[in-house]
Amino acid sequence: MIYKSTSKRIFDTFNYLFITLVCLSCILPFVHLLAVSFSSTLAVQTNSVIFWPVDFNLYAYEFAFSNGRFLAALWVSIQRIALGLLVNLLLIILTAYPLSHNKSKLHGRNIYMAYFVFTMIFNGGLIPTFIVVSRLGLLNSLWALVLPGALPVFSMIILMNFIRNLPEELQESAMLDGAGSIKILYKIMLPLLKPCLATVALFSIVGHWNDWFSGLIYMRNPANFPLQTYLQFLLLRFEQIMMMAGGDAASALARMNVQTGRAAQLFMGAVPVLIIYPFLQRYFTTGLVMGSVKG
Amino acid sequence: MKSIVRILRKEWPLHLMLVPGVVLVFIFSIIPLYGLIIAFQRYNVAMGFGSPWVGLANFEFLFSQPDFVRTIWNTLFIASWKIVLMIIVPVFFALLLNEIRNVFFKRLFQTVIYMPNFISWVILSGIMFEILAVSGIVNQFLGIFGVQPIWFLGDENVFRWTMIFSDVWRSFGFGTVIYLATLTGIDQGLYEAAHMDGANRFKQTIYITLPMMMPIIMLMSILSLGNILNAGFDQIFNLYSPIVYSTGDIIDTYIFRVGLEQAQFSLGAAVGSFRSLISAVLIAISYYLADRFAGYRVF
Repeated sequence: MIYKSTSKRIFDTFNYLFITLVCLSCILPFVHLLAVSFSSTLAVQTNSVIFWPVDFNLYAYEFAFSNGRFLAALWVSIQRIALGLLVNLLLIILTAYPLSHNKSKLHGRNIYMAYFVFTMIFNGGLIPTFIVVSRLGLLNSLWALVLPGALPVFSMIILMNFIRNLPEELQESAMLDGAGSIKILYKIMLPLLKPCLATVALFSIVGHWNDWFSGLIYMRNPANFPLQTYLQFLLLRFEQIMMMAGGDAASALARMNVQTGRAAQLFMGAVPVLIIYPFLQRYFTTGLVMGSVKG
Repeated sequence: MKSIVRILRKEWPLHLMLVPGVVLVFIFSIIPLYGLIIAFQRYNVAMGFGSPWVGLANFEFLFSQPDFVRTIWNTLFIASWKIVLMIIVPVFFALLLNEIRNVFFKRLFQTVIYMPNFISWVILSGIMFEILAVSGIVNQFLGIFGVQPIWFLGDENVFRWTMIFSDVWRSFGFGTVIYLATLTGIDQGLYEAAHMDGANRFKQTIYITLPMMMPIIMLMSILSLGNILNAGFDQIFNLYSPIVYSTGDIIDTYIFRVGLEQAQFSLGAAVGSFRSLISAVLIAISYYLADRFAGYRVF
């Protein structure tokens, strides 16, 4: 196909045009949100903001930062991610490594495996899980956001398959040298697992960052909401937050409205994911490939 | 007995490593599963999972509620459309993207369409409230073509289509990326041979590309079977309102309202057990089919 036929040329033109339009549909909503967040209340109320801020100002952001609620929720999210990531990685490694052995090296391996996969298929659902978490006294605690999903079985399986695809000789030679399982895992396997752990860690970070639902049901006090739960609260009750705000926030409050204020905070809620997105994209696809079972 | 001791002496570190995972999964997955028995009880906070038995009373009550029966239909409607479109749209898009020879643009397009996947439904909902409002930019745009303003999120006939299409919009990038990855693996010699035989690009797509994609399309379709009762809680919960309950209320949002907001734990668990059971059966079937026909082992 060195030269292009006319029909191919026409097709290509429409193809590029169509795909570009679809891509715009993925980007423009965010651009609009950003434009609204920087615009004046008057411009927003008269629907004159499209993709460029009208009467550029920063009041909505000033409000978000001076009001304190946004930063408090961000702090909860950061703590949650730190704790959640640690717990997730620890459990994924501790579970995936033994399960990567054959059942001749780990008796009962298939029973363990069936146990974990069973919980992936069958679950008690919302209500019983809520009852268990509240009975354990975890309501309002950061642990309620971390422990129920402490072992993401899917990520564990990805890591397990990754280990199984590594050459077996690595472990065997170490074993001949007299190294125990714990030492092998710590000294030999961990460095080799880094690329796969990066993938699994990204899954975990994005999962914890984006999860708003556990915060909604387990955090009784809105002051403990992680960021996404706070944003969800914002969608419904921003007026309430604005009314309760005072002090430093008062001057910004007068020059913004629900729409601009909400847009600014929603946009900031999306920014961290947008920043790490290029890595995400690479790792998510390779992660899926790495996790595939060897034929 | 002796053999168990011998095995443990050798394998104990591995079994020890599994303890935390086994225990946590037991507490947060197995106990809640056992807790589903409150669906057959009248739940009482003081007695917990040992509350008085009421047999099938909760289920009888539920199925006598038109509000609940309606959620089953709504769930099936929204979920089935999502499943079907989530197969067709990514395949179609992967084929179109595959025609783009410029590597830079191909990468760029992939990156852009995959992006909304990683944004939470809370943020996307906020954006949708903004742009889909009656006076929002989407209606302003449609107004150019003389279309009357549409109440995307408040009209009960439109709401579920808004849910279906916005979810496809958010998620189709994922399938597209997967299909494109398989397309790059196709032997270029096939296309050259077809070209020699006078097949144009369209024919090559129909007779080479699509058949080569079939196994993975089958696989993705089979695996999506388990989603038939999953109409997308995160999305609908953030976008619906009482005015669209008639077409937009789904099983999961019903569980949330009745079970948690109204604190009728037994009723919530009854709906949940019904949903869990059907989903589990479907997922198990889909895993079996995926293994049988696509050679894909989930574990």
